[in-house]
Amino acid sequence: MRSILIVIGTLLVLAAVAMPLVWSDEDREAWLEYGRVSTGVALLSSPVYKEECGSCHMAYPPGLLPTATWQKIMSGLENHFGDNAELDNETQTKITEFLVSNSANQSNYRRSRRFAAVDDKSEASMRISETPYFIHEHDEIPSRLVTGNREVTSFSNCNACHRKAEQASFRERDILIPGHGKWDD
Amino acid sequence: MKTTYLFILLFTGLATGNVAAETSTINELLNLYKQQGAATPNAQAGQRLWHKTFTGTVPFTERSCTSCHGDDLKRVGKHVKTNKIIKPMAPSVNPGRLSKTSKVEKWFKRNCKWTLDRECTATEKANILVYLKQL
Ligand code: HEC
Ligand code: HEC
Ligand code: HEC
Repeated sequence: MRSILIVIGTLLVLAAVAMPLVWSDEDREAWLEYGRVSTGVALLSSPVYKEECGSCHMAYPPGLLPTATWQKIMSGLENHFGDNAELDNETQTKITEFLVSNSANQSNYRRSRRFAAVDDKSEASMRISETPYFIHEHDEIPSRLVTGNREVTSFSNCNACHRKAEQASFRERDILIPGHGKWDD
Repeated sequence: MKTTYLFILLFTGLATGNVAAETSTINELLNLYKQQGAATPNAQAGQRLWHKTFTGTVPFTERSCTSCHGDDLKRVGKHVKTNKIIKPMAPSVNPGRLSKTSKVEKWFKRNCKWTLDRECTATEKANILVYLKQL
């Protein structure tokens, strides 16, 4: 009896020691990936994208808008939401390809599936912050915490509230509204 | 002792390399503007243009280079619309500034169009460049 206990005990200790060895980096990656699939959108960027589309605001992950909307945005950069974001043709083509091949329609992330659904109105507006899914998730936040909040000013500033937005994570745990704190709904 | 010496050599090498790269970008641009017919660059004219206010459409009826870059070029600026922090423009505090020809040209084009509602002339760009360079 005692020897059986010793054997079991030894096996348990060995298992605990071996765990980190068997539980490889790849598993960890897969697990993190799973976390993002369920709570965020794909974390994709490229040096050109970050440089060209991340200088005036955060570089929005491509999985936040459907193909057609990205194409419209990219074909009108000279008048871009009241600003001028024009690019040379070569860079523009490169970035359009990047966005289109990683858009919300192309992704199997749950959040992206929902961002992919647009209606005529939101497609015309070209904003992530005016897609039906976005509105559904944010319609209870009073405007004093957004447009009336000097540290936020607009829903376009995802990263003002979603502290991991640039890592493409929108988990509730990482939301902190400046001057207000955690959001309890 | 020998390693310290080597390190010093290496760092001075790197440092001068950087400065050289940046000056050469500015010289390259000034040459380009000269070829395009720019008059002799004038830093004071550049400073005046930088601070001049132009009228624009609602909601930004008053527009100036300082709208986003701020009044003190040694400090950070803030994009008028998105609020994103813009690193200081003065090369003395932000050595990465004005170090890539295509980047400078790209932003001159966009920002002049937004602020002045037209592209800047070669003379205007040369003036601004020599104004910024000495900061
Ligand atoms: C010159 C500055 C500038 C650059 C460069 C720029 N943008 Fe923008 N972008 C803006 C401004 C200003 C807004 C409007 C923000 C607001 O309303 O608060 C905006 C808004 C957006 C929005 C809508 C955000 C929302 O409300 O849902 C998207 C999407 C967008 N930009 C994508 C891009 C892409 C893609 C690029 C690169 C090709 C890019 N931007 C480059 C200035 C810029
Ligand atoms: C004013 C702060 C604020 C800004 C700015 C903001 N959000 Fe949110 N967002 C929230 C809050 C709060 C919630 C949680 C709402 C709830 O659960 O009722 C949320 C929820 C979400 C969710 C759902 C998360 C989940 O797991 O259920 C997504 C996705 C999201 N936001 C994306 C964005 C994107 C993309 C932007 C920028 C275009 C953005 N948000 C800008 C505050 C903000
Ligand atoms: C609407 C906001 C806005 C206005 C107004 C604006 N800029 Fe800029 N500017 C930017 C942003 C954003 C960048 C890129 C930021 C960065 O590189 O950190 C930039 C970058 C630049 C650069 C490139 C610097 C480099 O390191 O190469 C130059 C040159 C420049 N601006 C000149 C001007 C001039 C001249 C004016 C006025 C005619 C002006 N800007 C007005 C937003 C603005």
